[in-house]
Amino acid sequence: MDVTVNKPACVGAGQCALVAGELFDQDDDGIVIMLKPTIGPSDEATVRRAATLCPARAIRIAE
Amino acid sequence: MPSGARSEVLIVGASVAGLSTAGTLRDEGFPGGITMIGDEDALPYGRPPLSKQILSGEWPIDESALCTPAELDRLGIRLVRGTAAVSLDPSERVVTTASGDDMRYGTLVVATGASARRPPYGDGLGGVHCLRTRADATALRADLATARHAVVAGAGVLGSEIAAGLRKLGLAVTLVGRSPELRLAQAGALLSPLIARLHREHGVDLRLGEEVVALRGADRVSAARLSGGDVIETDLVVAAIGCVPNTGWLSSSGLDVSNGVVCDSAGRAAPGVFAAGDVAAWTDPATGIPARVGHQLNAAEQAQIVARTIATGAVPTAQPVPFFWSELFGTKIQVFGRCDGVSLDTIAGDTSSGRFVAAVQRDGVVTGIVGWNMPRDFRIARERVGRPAEGLDRSRQRVH
Repeated sequence: MDVTVNKPACVGAGQCALVAGELFDQDDDGIVIMLKPTIGPSDEATVRRAATLCPARAIRIAE
Repeated sequence: MPSGARSEVLIVGASVAGLSTAGTLRDEGFPGGITMIGDEDALPYGRPPLSKQILSGEWPIDESALCTPAELDRLGIRLVRGTAAVSLDPSERVVTTASGDDMRYGTLVVATGASARRPPYGDGLGGVHCLRTRADATALRADLATARHAVVAGAGVLGSEIAAGLRKLGLAVTLVGRSPELRLAQAGALLSPLIARLHREHGVDLRLGEEVVALRGADRVSAARLSGGDVIETDLVVAAIGCVPNTGWLSSSGLDVSNGVVCDSAGRAAPGVFAAGDVAAWTDPATGIPARVGHQLNAAEQAQIVARTIATGAVPTAQPVPFFWSELFGTKIQVFGRCDGVSLDTIAGDTSSGRFVAAVQRDGVVTGIVGWNMPRDFRIARERVGRPAEGLDRSRQRVH
């Protein structure tokens, strides 16, 4: 799974960090930070959930 | 019912609630057919950018798209575009479309959203807009090129966002609100003084407690008359005066559509019929009162609950907690939980610096958190909702 974050789109809602705190964090402006360089199979469902909940659709998944 | 239809989920509405339902069904391993019909020709798109990045021209309109045809194919979701539903027979489990097709289902999800409330003025006059759909955004953008002055009607968050976006583009903006206070989602009027200050600092002519009563103009609007008597010269009017749930097609269905589609606390409207998103009024288990919540995240969360119930039969326990965000003049505003209290107690930052996080309490319990340009602290503070208010670090510093 190839995951990218669109930082200019990020509104800092923090939904990703809330549901997938081991994969996503926020910088001091609230903008998304990816904590892992690659997403393994065990994390895929969690990433999908974070992407669905992102109000700005700033987390994009390509498979 | 024909064989095969029993495992078929039909989703009427192809915006956030519909698409999130379909995606979550597949995430939960639902193996049956999923058909989603939408009355617009566009691919599913998100509305929040329409009044933000797309209004201001930072994003092209296609950036609002929520998925690609390839993603839908991969998930096995059939999308029928440009097709409106016109009636539902829940006993026969069939939805009829505008083209006369009968679509049978095993489970129906009503996700038809809401439409902008049309203003009682400006019919047939150029330069008069609402902003709800992708087509609305495109039409408004096209009129901006020649506009110098805008009157925005509406004291809610959409009116504020449009006013801010048009100021950013250099237009002179008059924001007219019938209510004496500016309202921001579930924070109500609590943040009104702060938002009013933002508008004034950025040169918005704020007219609260007034409304637009009539427009003048030949082909295109040239002036707006306000209830207070002032006449404002303007070449653009944007009405953001609320929305109405799209339930007309359900009028003969027997469903309770007295305030949107009335549902229990898990989105069930009738046997085999769920509703989610802006069209749905889920019953709050605490109060027993059905209420509509018009925010994108609520639509996504309700859709996930409905999809899990359909896919697994599990009865959901957690209610979605309202979460709302906006950006006005670069200020990020976030509200989590319920904010019907009377005061805000800051727990980080301070209002004079334009960055703070504050708690709303009721009966000694934190019911909501407001973030103002402090997204990270806001996210951490969200955990306090539902906890005793004694834990507030600086509980007596009032915002206003």
